[in-house]
Amino acid sequence: MEPILKGRNLVKRYGRVVALDNCDFDLHHGEILAVIGDNGAGKSTLIKAVSGAVTPDEGKIWLEGKEVKFHSPLDGRHAGIETVYQTLAMSPALSITDNMFMGRELRKPGFRGSVLRQLDHKAMDAFARDKLNELGLMTIQNINQAVETLSGGQRQGVAVARAAAFGSKVIILDEPTAALGVKESRRVLELILDVRSRGIPIILISHNMPHVFEVADRIHVHRLGKRLCVINPKDYTMSDAVAFMTGAKEPPQEAAAA
Amino acid sequence: MSDTQEYEKAAATSPTTVAAFATHDRSMVKSIQHGLHQTPWMVPAIVLVGSILVFGLVLGQKFFSPFALTLILQQVQIVGILGAAQSLVILTAGIDLSVGAIMVLSSVVMGLFSFRYGLPVEIAVAAGIACGTFCGFINGFLVAVMKLPPFIVTLGMWQIVLATNFLYSANETIRAQDIADQAPLLQFFGNKIAFGGAVFTYGAIFMVLLVLFLAYVLKQTAWGRHVYAVGDDPEAAELSGVQVKRTLISVYMLSGLICAFAGWALIGRIGSVSPTSGQLGNIESITAVVIGGISLFGGRGSIMGMLFGALIVGVFSLGLRLLGADAQWTYLLIGVLIIAAVTVDQWIRKVSV
Repeated sequence: MEPILKGRNLVKRYGRVVALDNCDFDLHHGEILAVIGDNGAGKSTLIKAVSGAVTPDEGKIWLEGKEVKFHSPLDGRHAGIETVYQTLAMSPALSITDNMFMGRELRKPGFRGSVLRQLDHKAMDAFARDKLNELGLMTIQNINQAVETLSGGQRQGVAVARAAAFGSKVIILDEPTAALGVKESRRVLELILDVRSRGIPIILISHNMPHVFEVADRIHVHRLGKRLCVINPKDYTMSDAVAFMTGAKEPPQEAAAA
Repeated sequence: MSDTQEYEKAAATSPTTVAAFATHDRSMVKSIQHGLHQTPWMVPAIVLVGSILVFGLVLGQKFFSPFALTLILQQVQIVGILGAAQSLVILTAGIDLSVGAIMVLSSVVMGLFSFRYGLPVEIAVAAGIACGTFCGFINGFLVAVMKLPPFIVTLGMWQIVLATNFLYSANETIRAQDIADQAPLLQFFGNKIAFGGAVFTYGAIFMVLLVLFLAYVLKQTAWGRHVYAVGDDPEAAELSGVQVKRTLISVYMLSGLICAFAGWALIGRIGSVSPTSGQLGNIESITAVVIGGISLFGGRGSIMGMLFGALIVGVFSLGLRLLGADAQWTYLLIGVLIIAAVTVDQWIRKVSV
């Protein structure tokens, strides 16, 4: 079966630094694909290339079998790819609702929306509150409080809720549990499994091996800007995975081809 | 979840009640800080009301009359309109040093198109407005697309536009009498409505309506939210789906457009078209914006604050003049207010810490 998201020979250079070196990438329907790799291996660049935040210098990307060329994150979003970036991409002085609906605001019905361009704050607040409740990791009292007044974990929760609420084809999560406590991380993992059960595939980038091995269907090991191998978490241990990713161990031959 | 990690078992038995914020340790100061974080225009509003009361008590009827109070509105109308343009730019974490120059050039274009070329005055006004918008577009293009710092771009444009203004007008003034006879539309914003002792010029009314309109746009439309997002953190805005370049260019163009209207209002205010007028427009508008509590670092503040800031300056200058004080006292106090306003801004930012 054709992968839902496929990248071939992706190259991205920053000056003399090669962040992506003829990298291949496959995401299959309905799976959770974990991407692991050492710091600076190019994981973030890879997901930015498939989400539209950076444009690769070379290589091609296919979404559902159709070639796509993203020039901005907005292009990726219009195609149904929603991303939670490591930096979270939130405007600190704006409210939770404003951030969730940034770039896709709802306008009021009728004259006030079409002519006066007035936003439907009420509908947006209700939707945002609903999504945060669904995620269950919120202890937010006021949906209109500025994001900068939230704790790191709460901010991350808002970012994840935003992606889960709007992603229709692919959801990319870059270190979604990095700033979260044990309990909140558990909620995010449950949310990830829940999203998969709705049939939406997920790309998960994480340094947390227990989390990766728990939820991932396949693990893409990234090393020196390339896909080193793809392994099944059931066939290997965490220390194997770490050994591949640091170069301490040669990758398995048959897995590298997969 | 069946296969939870060992260390997570304890979390399952931990209390499930939603964490509540402790409210008792909110001191008076803290709640003021939070209040200001929510409504940043409160400080200038309080200072404005306070200063009106103080001058009213000291000067009595001389100051506290409809005539004197509306005179303040008339005196700040140009700064207020320019301040509206400046607010938009500063909200995007930029600065526009060229507002005064664009205003003067626009007014000169309006004057010369009707008097030198003999074009209908409506066309002359439209040309002036187009000229201001185009200057704004150049600013926006250089900032958004060429990625030059706004300070440098508008510093350069300030000089370029001002020099163009002097070269183009040959430094000639068009007399008020000629304008009143042949092209009264140019003095449109000088028209007055009076009831009782209060005198409202069209320019002052336009300033208030413009600020109310922009307050609506900034708060109630998607574009307005994008302006704040771009000023707050442009990278985050870009990643979360804001078209940063388009937003920036539109902000600078709108700023230029408003400056052109300020140029039109300037003709109404001084009666004549003078290439040497309005030279301090950029500094005065920045002063109004800063005293109004809009952060120079972008993304925070409200345009109503700017209006209050402009009015504070107006109240101080008129009040001190009526008191017979040296004009330098006004500048001294405004300087103190600027520094105080930025101090408060920095303090408000620490609200979450």
